[in-house]
Amino acid sequence: MTAFAASALKRRSHPAYVAFVVHRLSGLLLALFLPMHFWALGQAIEGEARLESFLRWTDNPLTKFAEFGLVVLLAAHLGGGLRLLSIEFLGWRDWQSRLIAFGFALGLAAGLFFLLNLGA
Amino acid sequence: MSAPSYAARTPSQIRWEARLWVAQRLSAMVLALCVLAHLATIILAVRGGLSAAEILGRTRGNAAWLSFYALFVAAVAVHAPIGLRSIFAEWLGWRGRSLDLAAALFAAFLLAAGLRTVLGLYA
Amino acid sequence: MPASSAEKESATFAVRVWRGAQEGRFERYAVPAAPSQTVLDLVTYIQRVLDPTLSYRFACRVGMCGSCAMTVNGRPRWTCRTHVSKVAAEGEIVIEPLRNMPVVKDLAVDMRAFFDKWARARGAFVPSADAAADFAVVPPATPARQEADAAIECIGCGVCYSACDVVAWNPEYLGPAALNRAWTLVNDVRDEGQGERLLAVAGDAGCHACHSHESCRTYCPKSLNPTASIAGLKRAVTRAVLRGEL
Repeated sequence: MTAFAASALKRRSHPAYVAFVVHRLSGLLLALFLPMHFWALGQAIEGEARLESFLRWTDNPLTKFAEFGLVVLLAAHLGGGLRLLSIEFLGWRDWQSRLIAFGFALGLAAGLFFLLNLGA
Repeated sequence: MSAPSYAARTPSQIRWEARLWVAQRLSAMVLALCVLAHLATIILAVRGGLSAAEILGRTRGNAAWLSFYALFVAAVAVHAPIGLRSIFAEWLGWRGRSLDLAAALFAAFLLAAGLRTVLGLYA
Repeated sequence: MPASSAEKESATFAVRVWRGAQEGRFERYAVPAAPSQTVLDLVTYIQRVLDPTLSYRFACRVGMCGSCAMTVNGRPRWTCRTHVSKVAAEGEIVIEPLRNMPVVKDLAVDMRAFFDKWARARGAFVPSADAAADFAVVPPATPARQEADAAIECIGCGVCYSACDVVAWNPEYLGPAALNRAWTLVNDVRDEGQGERLLAVAGDAGCHACHSHESCRTYCPKSLNPTASIAGLKRAVTRAVLRGEL
């Protein structure tokens, strides 16, 4: 038996750590998505028809849900990044603790607006 | 129990790491603006569904669009590989020259693939 | 526990304590409750009454010396200033050694790497060569002095170092305490070792490894904010890089 086996989650259960996990995982997923994104939009090189047929392929609920997820990830990564930049370049301010909630809110708001406009 | 050993960093390694960090933060500042504009575009563009004609109508021959997205691609090609490099080092224990080389290759790939796509949408 | 005095006397805490070195096991002890009892009191009771082979470290018992930090119910804490009532609400009390340092025996860890890193971060004041000069006047209201004052009260307990995941992922990382110390000296106008210090605290073993998890800030018993100090170092290094001085 080794010490600390059970305590990892408890120790990490505070807002800034959660913000880190969201920032890291969103960054990782976005970086993995980028090559696919470039490939997909690169269909335009083959002509408008090719891009159009790709876009029609994306018209299914699963792809739309993935797009919603990507919008949330991108906005959450932006929100988390703004918090880090403000801590690192402005110096510590008490309002910066609230930026954690702001980052999550930005992610959710962007996702909701995306869904609303998807239905519009 | 022996005294803990320490692999000291050379000054040139430290300078390299510090420069990478500065590059990642400066690119993050550029990306913050780019992503805001990109998110707004996405959310507005999906109204009434995406179509190739609509997208290309925005991008073809639009020099402002081209320069904005070329900058976006360049910034992300700096930002993402440095972030992935940290993840590989911390979570997989992959460090050193081979990791730097892999990160540089990924940066070059993102830059090339991204610029190719942006030019494809412009021209 | 607001109860009758008879109940108070009979109440006991179930305490699980780490025994062994890096490999080991938990042992259970029943420790009688007492008024204003601290976690250090629990450990001391076990060692004096139940099992004299238990090893742990403490000195001042009043939150000054930084010797008695342990992991209590998963979180690093200064045990002499942590009331049992604060942690007993979680049910069982589990006491482990600090994390990120080799366990010597039971609750005592080897803190050599932790303190060596203070030296590597150039955590020692570098006096000016001019010993004949008059006392330096440092007005307390100057911004640099206030930055230093905000970070100066560290007792070197190792709680932040134990809480930090970056230390766990990157064992060469200097850690929150050493970097916080370096930041106080970066803000010391009398210090003459600034160039070397910036180089010592930069890079992936230094301030640039920090991801602002804020675990150090969350658990620091002195309510210091090493995350903010490390961010200060990042700014100082960035300035030096952009000026071509690093």
